[in-house]
Amino acid sequence: MKYLDEFSDPELAKHLVGQIHATATKPWSMMEVCGGQTHTIVRHGIDQLLPDGVQMIHGPGCPVCVTPLEIIDKALEIASQPGVIFCSFGDMLRVPGSGRDLFRIKSEGGDVRVVYSPLDALRLAQENPDRQVVFFGIGFETTAPPNAMTVYQAKKLGIPNFSLLVSHVRVPPAIEAIMQSPDCRVQGFLAAGHVCSVMGTAEYPELADRYRVPIVVTGFEPLDILAGILRTVTQLERGEHVVENAYQRAVRDEGNPAAKAMLEDVFETTDRSWRGIGMIPRSGWRLSERYREWDAEYRFQVRDIATEESTICRSGEVLQGQIKPHECAAFGTLCTPRNPLGATMVSSEGACAAYYLYRRLQTPAAAGTGAVSSGD
Amino acid sequence: MIEPIPLPDPSVPDPPDFSGWTCPMPLRDHPNVVMGHGGGGQMSGELIEHLFVPAFANPVLAGLTDSAVFELGGARLAFSTDSFVVRPLFFPGGSIGDLAVNGTVNDLAMSGAQAAYLSCGFILEEGVELSVVGRIAKDLGTAAERAGVIVATGDTKVVDAGHGDGVFVNTAGVGLVREGVDIRPQRAAPGDVVIVSGMIGVHGIAIMSVREGISFGTEVVSDCAPLNGLVAAMLDVTTDLHVLRDPTRGGVATSLNEIAKAAGTGIDLVERQLPIPETVANACSFLGLDPLYVANEGKLLAVVAPGDADAVLAAMRAHPLGQDAAIIGECVEDHPGLVVTRTAFGATRVVDTPIGEQLPRIC
Amino acid sequence: MCLAVPGRVVEIREEDGTRMGKVDFGGVIKDVCLAYLPDLQEGEYTIVHVGFALQRLDEESARQSLELYRKLGALEEEFGDQWGLAAQQAGERRPPGTEWGAAQ
Repeated sequence: MKYLDEFSDPELAKHLVGQIHATATKPWSMMEVCGGQTHTIVRHGIDQLLPDGVQMIHGPGCPVCVTPLEIIDKALEIASQPGVIFCSFGDMLRVPGSGRDLFRIKSEGGDVRVVYSPLDALRLAQENPDRQVVFFGIGFETTAPPNAMTVYQAKKLGIPNFSLLVSHVRVPPAIEAIMQSPDCRVQGFLAAGHVCSVMGTAEYPELADRYRVPIVVTGFEPLDILAGILRTVTQLERGEHVVENAYQRAVRDEGNPAAKAMLEDVFETTDRSWRGIGMIPRSGWRLSERYREWDAEYRFQVRDIATEESTICRSGEVLQGQIKPHECAAFGTLCTPRNPLGATMVSSEGACAAYYLYRRLQTPAAAGTGAVSSGD
Repeated sequence: MIEPIPLPDPSVPDPPDFSGWTCPMPLRDHPNVVMGHGGGGQMSGELIEHLFVPAFANPVLAGLTDSAVFELGGARLAFSTDSFVVRPLFFPGGSIGDLAVNGTVNDLAMSGAQAAYLSCGFILEEGVELSVVGRIAKDLGTAAERAGVIVATGDTKVVDAGHGDGVFVNTAGVGLVREGVDIRPQRAAPGDVVIVSGMIGVHGIAIMSVREGISFGTEVVSDCAPLNGLVAAMLDVTTDLHVLRDPTRGGVATSLNEIAKAAGTGIDLVERQLPIPETVANACSFLGLDPLYVANEGKLLAVVAPGDADAVLAAMRAHPLGQDAAIIGECVEDHPGLVVTRTAFGATRVVDTPIGEQLPRIC
Repeated sequence: MCLAVPGRVVEIREEDGTRMGKVDFGGVIKDVCLAYLPDLQEGEYTIVHVGFALQRLDEESARQSLELYRKLGALEEEFGDQWGLAAQQAGERRPPGTEWGAAQ
């Protein structure tokens, strides 16, 4: 595909890898914020090409992973009500709530459907006026404008049987929380390119300055990732900490004004608890008062449900970059994608699942020896 | 190293407490059947292994190959059955009728057998238009003729409206296995060469295009086809084919994992050698799917001794259904039971069996 | 997060008062909501996420990046700040207020 394949060119990748090796003189740890970037790194084995000591820490940027348990339990409760068509992005079906997941609800007779676009859910509502259609609106700033459009349209077109279960999260407060963690090892960030396509870059210079970390807006193809790493390493070697845009073909400084205006209209900032991380103040969006009628939490009056999580799982530390997935004792033994203990093992973009799927070969712990591997 | 300086920030009164985080209780097993049990991945495997095999325990079934091979009245027979629940019933390049014939013919061909007779069972939902059933029956008949197999017996049942999904079809088939042929996954051995008969991922994407409302500038149609002719051409070169597998549900990745596990060998793939049509690659890119896990209905994987590889490949390429055949990897002593691919960047990754169905990776 | 791919707009239309269009992803054509890019034209490339065009793809910038990566190979043997040099040659810019000097 044009503007996709060119950015996976192995020959050009060699140039960038060579440059990274020539630039790095010390060990550096940087975090790719976005799960999509993690996916590219692991799928193509980009971390295997880096100099010893230059380490990628997989960030909390998988919205499926960080969606709080309470919201998933609410989703499960709504989806199991008769007359409801519950629509979700595919990956979300596998994420466990307190003991159940959406697959289970479906197997018990719930009408759970995978949609590609949130507008598909809105269309279902128009086609099924006698049913309640609920869309599970998760995601970061990238997915928020598409989800916002559904309630905007529902209001404009007068579609009363549609509602949105919202659990949006934002990247900058997460970066802030990570940097404030006492054990933080992150020295630089590859910021999530598509989040910045929507939001622009204005939120980042202050963070780069306050925490003295380079923040490089980075795309998702192998060359984009390598360019992001190269720029971060270059800054670190020089003792710099500024914001750079290494994804200029898709990111303008101002972002997308129309999308931002829609976000402003539809959502309001809220505290949001991140699964595996805890409460991060002002890190989320919920529907604003004007759209309350289309808020599934309000419409279905789902109570807060007592939630319960495993105590063995160290996904919190994984999300924080404090340990690698295979350094968790449960990794690959008690905890596998088939029986996930933690959110990071659930999504194919989750750090643990990505490790399990692609890197079992290189990680002795995964072979069941329990050995802790280090230095990768 | 640059030390982060946690200056007091009024917007963040208390940093989150990472030490007290907890994670969800394990989802051990589903008490009900979920869609993943039919996805052809690990959950399907576990269902068969833990529920069905103990119930039917016998040495013929134990091989768990696409078709069973046994002696009967002095003849060496292959026997197989397959059910079809595809939605939509008609898709670009075929219908459930074509699949019902080719699926079973191909399962038999993967044991080196030429399908001779098929049975055909229809489960119809009350209310389905007879013209739809008629079209399917006609497709089925035409496909049988193309594959050179006779539909010898059949059955029809009707279920209440809402208790089926239009039309379900089951076929079973028998065929004779050529003398001296011993094709089964356990025969893959280090050094063997892995060949795929053509472009992968086409059927799954053709089906997906209908479900997701995608259209193609250049037409993408299902590769649904009977592979018995191709297999016969390969057997004419050598009767010593080690393994054949048609990578349907779960795609090439799942089939190769089954072979690696059954034979206790490792399999190394070279990503760049995988024949993937550009449209399939592009559709996978934006649906968030991996072509290695997308279903095929007219392709086979062959594992052959290194000395036979060139001749078998040439025979495949000379056949209309094997024109794009390619060597995609080899069996190795390392990492027994695992399939590993070398990426275009010279790194490696494990290609695992999916758990259930592959879900579009959207976020 | 945020799987988004580039495609070329091949058709623009209004539907229920919303700007919609067809986008060609290398031979795969899909309906896409264009409401967030009101001045996107037919023939232009855009980044699409879950059925929404979220940003115009700047083709010139894409070419510059690739040119930059190509030059890096030629510059490998030289000394000094190859990246900065190449970036300068390719005409790359940074967000305002974040120039090299800002942190030095």
